[in-house]
Amino acid sequence: MFKLFEPNKIFSINSRITKYILLLFIIVLSIGLVEALFLSPEDYIQSHSVRIMYVHVPSAWIALGIFSLMALLSIISFIFKNKNFSIIAKSLAPSGFVFNIVALVTGSIWGKPTWGSWWAWDARITSMLILLLFYAMYILAWRIFGEREKAIKITSIIAILGAINVPIIKLSVDWWSTLHQNSSVNILSESTIHPSMLLPLLMMTAAFSLFALLIFLMKYNTELIKIKNKGLDRL
Amino acid sequence: MINEILFMKGYGLYVWSAFSFTLISFAILYTLIKINLVKEQNKFSTKFSLLDKEKVKVAQIQSTHREILASEISSKI
Repeated sequence: MFKLFEPNKIFSINSRITKYILLLFIIVLSIGLVEALFLSPEDYIQSHSVRIMYVHVPSAWIALGIFSLMALLSIISFIFKNKNFSIIAKSLAPSGFVFNIVALVTGSIWGKPTWGSWWAWDARITSMLILLLFYAMYILAWRIFGEREKAIKITSIIAILGAINVPIIKLSVDWWSTLHQNSSVNILSESTIHPSMLLPLLMMTAAFSLFALLIFLMKYNTELIKIKNKGLDRL
Repeated sequence: MINEILFMKGYGLYVWSAFSFTLISFAILYTLIKINLVKEQNKFSTKFSLLDKEKVKVAQIQSTHREILASEISSKI
């Protein structure tokens, strides 16, 4: 199964598909922006400020999803001593980091008109801030530790420890009485969001996922070329 | 009509700044990653051009090496 993730194979596919993913991202994002900014209805309580949800929620979902994936890849890399999984996890980190920042900043902008405050030390927001710190530690660890083996070990530990925070973020709104509202979109139970708002939300989520994929592929290729550069030195 | 879209009943500043921040962050991230990728591709092709004939033969056996050189040319185009 691991042969599917051979760096040479992934590189070959990556080089060909990035431009198509960029094109698809631009198309889906354009449709999503029109839906989110102009076609979707305003909320009866929050009025037009609800439109911030279309960038805030997908960013938070993707930041959480990417970190969970990084943790899973780190565990696999740790157990099977497969370095390629660490490179995949490393390549996922920059987009996850930026999505986490976007989720926090847009959440803060949304908080001002709805809660009357830019920031609150609420369970959901604080746990998202902790996730951002884990992302920062993960990225910094790769830069600080020059020795590859050591960097893989330390970043894997950071990702696995940080993953404990992921279910806390998800369940924080149920466990504690917080300013942050409960989730409106549920996979296992019925969603409480109207389809006219769900459609642009899913459209923006698709666009943001494509962007995360695009950044991952470009970063992965960069990492692989770095390795090949070192290989040329040894020839 | 345009005023309604821009001001959004007083929420325009919040909505537009949230969307702008998101798109600017994406543009910065994309540019940084692209610059890094092109830098590494250039470094690779410079190193490759400095190899002697025997080493070039050995290096060209790897398909990834050929792909990096090809993608370096296409990114210049």
